[in-house]
Amino acid sequence: MAGNANVGKSVLFNQLTGSSQIIGNWPGKTVEKAEGTLKFEGEEITAIDLPGIYSFSTFGMEELVSRDYIALEHPDAVINVVDASILERNLFFTLQLIEMDAPLVICLNQVDEAKKKGIVINKEKLEQVLGAPVVPTVGIRGEGIYDLTKTAVAVAKNGCRSGKVQIRYDAEIEERISKLDKEIQAEELGLEYPSRWVAIKLLENDPEIKKLIGSKSGSIVKTADGLASEISSIHNEPCFAVIAAERYSLASSIAKEVQQQQSEVETTFSEKLEWVTTHRMFGYITSAGVIAGLLLWTFSIGGVLSNIFSNALALFSPVDPRFSGSIEGIIWNGVYGGFVAGVTLVIPYVVPFYIMLAMIEDSGFLTRVAFMMDSAMHKIGLHGKALIPMILGYGCNVPAIAACRIMETKRERLLATYVITFAPCAARTIVILGLVAAFVNPWWALALYAIDIALIFVMGRIALKVVPGQSTGLIMEMHSFKIPSLSVVTKQTWIRTKSLIYLVFPLYIIGSAGIQVLYALGVLQFLSNVFTPVTVVWLGLPAIAGVLMILGLIRKELTLLGAVAIFGTTDLAPYFTPVQFIVLALVSIIFIPCISTVTILAKDYGWKTAATIATANFVTAILVGGVAFRIITLVI
Amino acid sequence: MVKSAQKSIEDYLKAVYSLQQNGNKVSTSEISQTLNVAPASVTEMLKKLSEKRYIEYSPYHGTTLTSSGLTIAEKTTRKHRLLERFLHDMLKIDKVQVHSQACEMEHALSDEAEESLCRLLKHPDKCPDDDKIIPACTLPFSNCEECVEMHSKGLEQVGKRQQNLVSICNLKAGTSAKVSFIRGEHRVLQRLLDMGLTPGTPIKVERAAPMKGPVEVCVRGSKVALGQDIAANVFVENTGKMKI
Ligand SMILES: Nc1nc2c(ncn2[C@@H]2O[C@H](COP(=O)(O)OP(=O)(O)OP(=O)(O)O)[C@@H](O)[C@H]2O)c(=O)[nH]1
Ligand SMILES: [Mg+2]
Repeated sequence: MAGNANVGKSVLFNQLTGSSQIIGNWPGKTVEKAEGTLKFEGEEITAIDLPGIYSFSTFGMEELVSRDYIALEHPDAVINVVDASILERNLFFTLQLIEMDAPLVICLNQVDEAKKKGIVINKEKLEQVLGAPVVPTVGIRGEGIYDLTKTAVAVAKNGCRSGKVQIRYDAEIEERISKLDKEIQAEELGLEYPSRWVAIKLLENDPEIKKLIGSKSGSIVKTADGLASEISSIHNEPCFAVIAAERYSLASSIAKEVQQQQSEVETTFSEKLEWVTTHRMFGYITSAGVIAGLLLWTFSIGGVLSNIFSNALALFSPVDPRFSGSIEGIIWNGVYGGFVAGVTLVIPYVVPFYIMLAMIEDSGFLTRVAFMMDSAMHKIGLHGKALIPMILGYGCNVPAIAACRIMETKRERLLATYVITFAPCAARTIVILGLVAAFVNPWWALALYAIDIALIFVMGRIALKVVPGQSTGLIMEMHSFKIPSLSVVTKQTWIRTKSLIYLVFPLYIIGSAGIQVLYALGVLQFLSNVFTPVTVVWLGLPAIAGVLMILGLIRKELTLLGAVAIFGTTDLAPYFTPVQFIVLALVSIIFIPCISTVTILAKDYGWKTAATIATANFVTAILVGGVAFRIITLVI
Repeated sequence: MVKSAQKSIEDYLKAVYSLQQNGNKVSTSEISQTLNVAPASVTEMLKKLSEKRYIEYSPYHGTTLTSSGLTIAEKTTRKHRLLERFLHDMLKIDKVQVHSQACEMEHALSDEAEESLCRLLKHPDKCPDDDKIIPACTLPFSNCEECVEMHSKGLEQVGKRQQNLVSICNLKAGTSAKVSFIRGEHRVLQRLLDMGLTPGTPIKVERAAPMKGPVEVCVRGSKVALGQDIAANVFVENTGKMKI
């Protein structure tokens, strides 16, 4: 599966293999190649989902991954997924695949969208021009999947493309390509890439290919440089630009030949949405409204569901932790307590949140927020696209940090990652809700969000001072709004919930049992005493808070769960003052990200960076917490 | 004398430019006061300027600059204020005198000299005597650092750099035009080309986000948002549909 960003590769890949790749209506979701298998007429087929790219020449990681996979691993068939409603731009990439001699199948996806825009594509003509089979599909409804698989299998069996259509440039370029091509062939360098493609890449001054060829034959690179400067002096333009322009004019003429634009369609619903979401005033209002709505919806629905669930469970058997008696009794109680906490905290809050998030993601709203907030994001050295992973960070920091790959440079990726570690993820939301909204009042809960967002901004500014450098500008494709597809939304929600359940339930159950046992043995009391200078003196919390925070390292909700387990009741009001609730929640949301986040930080940036970030967060949390304690005491 | 005719055109446009800064239409009497010229001669000159399409003029409603008038006025004002800075900062001439000196010199300063002067003075943004903003240069640079950078690093560019260019940042939403010139780092250029912004391509400016936000353009059927820094370096032929 190869093609431009956001054309529907992952939708098709998921349909084919039953995998769970991320899907949404914004470009750049798939960042690494993914593998899956499917059975088709008794044969086992391995399918690969590649990141979306616009060309093989921009030298980001995504382009290299895709290019090397297609050229070096020699897949039996390459399914080029094409967005039928943006044919011309997509063909630019198709032409490069043809140059690469890939055994192609063209998957004309989103034909439903194209039809809405009044675009009809002549499939036979396109097949003829490109010399490759074309299969129209509607990925989200699974239409055309069978045909696609059948065609791909046929192409894989019959070997390379039969038609051998050649992409021809203008005479003066073509002449130089074949000259270079001949020279490359003559040298017999034993290249994995097709020689004509290498010739074109050399003329385009592709740094990777140049290095590769340069290591084998310096003279070819020299010839290429000479030819390239000839071309650029004829056109008075750098050679790479000449070739791109030529390729586009080809793509454009093919698109004109095969597609028919029927009469202009009237203003659609999506255009009206476009207007509202990017209006100089309503744009910000809707952006803020959607984010606030996401949280409010989660709080309110979550509260209701949580009540229903806990009442239902209470009928069955009330939570009644015990710290004395047989060890089995204690463990069993802990296990049950953990299960109850999972059911009453995670499912009711997290599932509605994920449903809403999937809808927002699939609608195309995120790119509009990124568009509107670009100039604000420049204040923290990032561009608008960074906002997309930040919003995802409200769900969970871990996938959000993975999504930071949409940032172009390593420095910006790191900056975005750093601010995301402060984004109040679902787990932190649970802590805020469970401690503050439940026992103080909802306004303080919202205030904590506001503090957190302000903190993100301040930390962003500080981080910018620490890692200075040039920031890149925004280049982002904006896809039209779509009504979120029900199947995509349910699937996304299920994928996310599933992985959460697998992770959280065992952890809760074991964790809760462990906490009760340790408490019964007196270990926790000892630990709490060690931390009293910080917890009691500086932060004004009860001594036990030290333990709760340590638990929060594993997963943020464990702070809350720990309190429930230790005090043996879900009614924590007698054990903390309102100020203590607020300070505890505040400190635990800021201070060191959970273990999974630290792990992915270390994986992506190395242990040193991960440790630095964790320490920075820790120090910030303690500082902010202490100051907040003193200020809030005055207020309340 | 051609020279002095040009000089007085520039002076008039400059006067209208500085008088219209508060957004109002400029009246004949205001111009007459500023330039110290009799109202009758002002009216006559305004008619001439309006024939040349530098201004829009109606006797009782006042005067505004057209986009080509604005270009000249900004250019002259810029030269004037840069010269003031030069006289004041480098030659240490007294504040009260720099204005009249600059008024004489501004018409003789070539564009090339203006560019060098700007770099020499390290891109000043205010003039010394009355703290007014120096209008940005018309060179296709989005900011001064870039001007220096282009000189030191040699940024790349594609397309034809002609006289009458305007950056897509300055186009009204809904304007269609053809890409003529793009400048930037190699990576950015390559990306833009890959996304279809090759020279000669028709594009349409869909909208721009407020507060110097990105510009959204429709190119080859797809919509692309370009950050201000990048959009400022994408130029199209000026068809007069500027936003002012
Ligand atoms: N209307 C319609 N929408 C589709 C179709 N196929 C995919 N989509 C939508 O297109 C969007 C992008 O789909 P993805 O599969 O995530 O795209 P991708 O090509 O994997 O994107 P990247 O991984 O970002 O490169 C989603 O919002 C899908 O719901 C289709 O056939 N019709
Ligand atoms: Mg994908």
